[in-house]
Amino acid sequence: MPSWATQRIHRRHETFIRWTLFVCAALSVLTTAAIIIVLLSNAVYAPGAKVAFFERVSLREFLTSTHWKPRDGEGGQFGIWPLLSGTFLVAFVASLVSVPAGLGAAIYMSEYAHPREREWLKPVLEILAGIPSVVFGFFALKFITPWVLKPLFHLVGMDVSVFNSLSAGIVVGIMVTPLIASLSEDVIRSVPGSLREAAFALGSTRFDVSARVVVPAALSGILASFLLAFSRAVGETMAVAIAAGGSPLLTVNPLRGSQTMTGFMVHASTGDSAADSISRMSMYAVGITLFVITLGINLLSGWILRRFREVYQ
Amino acid sequence: MSASPASGYVRSSVSFSSGGDALIRRRLLMSLIFQWVCRLLTYASLAVLAVLLTSIVWNSLGRLSPSFLTNHYSVNPVRCGILAGIWGTFWLVLLTACFSIPVGVGSAVYLEELARDSFLVRVIKVNLSNLAGVPSIVYGILGLTAFRPLMLFLQALFDGRHAVNVMGLFRVRLLKLEIFDGNILIGAMTMSLVIMPTVIIASQEALRAVPSSIRMASLALGATRWQTIWRQVIPAALPGIATGVILSVSRAMGEAAPLMMIGVLTVASMCPGGIESPLQLITDPTRMLSVPFDQFTAMPVEIYDWSKQPDPEDRFTAVAASGIVVLLVVLLMINATAMIIRAKAARGLKW
Amino acid sequence: MAFAALRCRVLPEAGLDRCEMSDVAAGRVDWRPVAEDSSSMPEINSRISVPPSVRGVDRNLDTSSHAAAIDVRKMNFYYGEHQVLFDISLMVPERSVTALIGPSGCGKSTFLRTLNRMNDLVEGTKCTGECLVEGQNIMDPSVDVVLLRKHVGMVFQKSTPFPKSIFENVAYGPRVAGEKNRSVLADLVESCLRKAALWDEVRDRLQTSAMALSGGQQQRLCIARTLATNPRIILMDEPASALDPASTDRIENLIGELCANYTIVIVTHNMQQASRVSHQTAFFFKGHLVECGPTMKIFTSPSEKQTEDYITGRFG
Repeated sequence: MPSWATQRIHRRHETFIRWTLFVCAALSVLTTAAIIIVLLSNAVYAPGAKVAFFERVSLREFLTSTHWKPRDGEGGQFGIWPLLSGTFLVAFVASLVSVPAGLGAAIYMSEYAHPREREWLKPVLEILAGIPSVVFGFFALKFITPWVLKPLFHLVGMDVSVFNSLSAGIVVGIMVTPLIASLSEDVIRSVPGSLREAAFALGSTRFDVSARVVVPAALSGILASFLLAFSRAVGETMAVAIAAGGSPLLTVNPLRGSQTMTGFMVHASTGDSAADSISRMSMYAVGITLFVITLGINLLSGWILRRFREVYQ
Repeated sequence: MSASPASGYVRSSVSFSSGGDALIRRRLLMSLIFQWVCRLLTYASLAVLAVLLTSIVWNSLGRLSPSFLTNHYSVNPVRCGILAGIWGTFWLVLLTACFSIPVGVGSAVYLEELARDSFLVRVIKVNLSNLAGVPSIVYGILGLTAFRPLMLFLQALFDGRHAVNVMGLFRVRLLKLEIFDGNILIGAMTMSLVIMPTVIIASQEALRAVPSSIRMASLALGATRWQTIWRQVIPAALPGIATGVILSVSRAMGEAAPLMMIGVLTVASMCPGGIESPLQLITDPTRMLSVPFDQFTAMPVEIYDWSKQPDPEDRFTAVAASGIVVLLVVLLMINATAMIIRAKAARGLKW
Repeated sequence: MAFAALRCRVLPEAGLDRCEMSDVAAGRVDWRPVAEDSSSMPEINSRISVPPSVRGVDRNLDTSSHAAAIDVRKMNFYYGEHQVLFDISLMVPERSVTALIGPSGCGKSTFLRTLNRMNDLVEGTKCTGECLVEGQNIMDPSVDVVLLRKHVGMVFQKSTPFPKSIFENVAYGPRVAGEKNRSVLADLVESCLRKAALWDEVRDRLQTSAMALSGGQQQRLCIARTLATNPRIILMDEPASALDPASTDRIENLIGELCANYTIVIVTHNMQQASRVSHQTAFFFKGHLVECGPTMKIFTSPSEKQTEDYITGRFG
């Protein structure tokens, strides 16, 4: 029976396609596995002749020392704190910029803007989100620091370094603002319209509706977007590498330079030291720290977002 | 007459005009202020965008000229150009697209259309959303560490100017290839991993937007699963997929961090494969074979290098700004294409 | 439980000797209260009967002596180009219940929403004519909708508790109006919950989330929340249509209690409900007000043919 035969050919052919596509999908799991293996095998335990970072530098030194001097031989000190402080200082400044701006934009677009206004606001924000990181680095170094921060702090008699965490934080904040705006707008819009109507019917002004009903109802989702933006700021590389400078100092002064984890990794990869030297291997220890921190924040954010969705969907 | 005292009901004397009530006036003012604060914050982002673009164009005025597009790197900022970066980025993005689009769209099709809800599939889905949040520089470490053995293998295979022993019978002169560290192939593979999660997620969304009635109708007509996907679902989702994929690939164009990690050149005075003009693609096509294995630089990497040039007279600022203008113009064109596709699709197809 | 007190008539074909909630849901039970004395039940024909009113609603009340709480004159309403209300003129006497009935899409909900200008929130709507609420024309541009809505409360078809505690839900209106004193709020919350007949059920868990209440409790909470803004008029848009019979019964009884002090306008697609709870009934059809009059008259001897056809179930 010819029809059955064709059917079988179809099936065999489809099974092949199915498996090919499955392999594509499974590649992403493989990628995660590869990242973890690469980081662990260079930072924690290296098979073969290579010596991993933590086999040479104790975890205790890594977590307790307050100096980061990645030198080979004598005088090398590997305490993660200066890099951590630099990273979080930049991410903190970025949050100060992006949280109000992003939330304000989200509220404006979902609660106030005319549909036609939103129609062009959203793509323009997308453009802002699509500008490469190096461009923001250039903007921080060549515009924000010399033309905004220096004159501003000169008025109060303070000096701003050429490389400083503040300018880096500001541009990273600008970069992640569209992320907060679009994610928060999504969750705010998913608050049922009936809640808004009910609030209006109780004699609320628009402010009451937004600030007392809609935003509290969407709060967990908004919080998740903040966390996601924070994690993005922690992992942000090029803008920070350009604007914050390369001096790993344990400081909370945003007017001075600092080095972030990502900044150090870029710096280390362009250095001339040998591939298995300790200064080079320290990159993996920093990488694993960065990976764990961003993954942790992302998981937390995803968990909060799922709980938000359970309430309304 | 109007009220029965027993019920305590008294006629109201309230006025609905806000003029009389100070509290209402204050609340309405508060509401108005809040609206303006939100509007201000929204438009502040746009103002920043405007300032950013203006300051870059302003800075670029000293160098931006046709020669900037056709010159190689030079220590003299007046003659320094971006040619190598343009070609490097072009090849990198082309190869990245070749890797990431089939695999990314294929994954999305599998996850949306074929996968049953098994443990493994759930692992893949959870993993995907987390992978999207991994900083790009971490992919750089992966590229640097994991893809190098691959290059060593290729080096052994082609071993420079010599030949390869095929089946132990002939010594065939295959290709005269030199395989460099930090070549375009490694760059493209790394970059594909960086953008893969976004490609997959964007394609998934486009596939999800196709109404299931189309699938049902096709299956009911006797089409197989794959025929349904290939002839109905993918064509219907194509505009959405194209938009998402173009935007993701344009992200690869601006990324520098993973490239820095795998050790691409920051200063290059040679284009990959020696191809310096589109004409050579036709006159000397064999050169293209060596492109994937050649060392290269990319526009964002060059911009990083120029921005960081320790130059007391700031002469490289104009060069960096010019590079940014070129990069942004290319990105803008790509984004505009994506938006046109999206707008066209929105007009043509409405579910 | 109120439901137990409700005397039910099991439909003979169901063959049940006991009545469970599932039977009600399955339609095997006619859950309408059985008339106390069927002799007082006037009939216009064998197909329609007017059930007794709920306690507190005296359908023989002469509302002509009441002042007008709402007086609508020649109202026309448009969604864009599309006109949905035509020359509506309607008087709502204070301290009474007015029911708006009519088939779906007849404009009764739209009309209700113009009474506290909720339609302002919808783009591209236009309203002409006059609508006097306690003597003031609320169509006037000088009218402040926030004040108006405090004065004219609204309860929606779907209960819409805010995702906050029970206490915060009731205290919301006074809070946004500027009341900060905690003990004043606590007193107010208690009295409103009492008026809404919910206090005994929630007194021990005022701080728990309102989302955890049952549908009927949520709807009573929404009524309590509306009462807390101290309105004079309460608009109800099918307040019981999403509720089970027992909860519906409680809401109806609540309306009977509230109408001593509040003016209530209720939209309902359930004619039995309209006849039980209202003093006055207005019948809408295709955007026109066909007939308005005392409930007993509308249900026993309507003057319009369309009204009679509708309430006897010939269409709609």
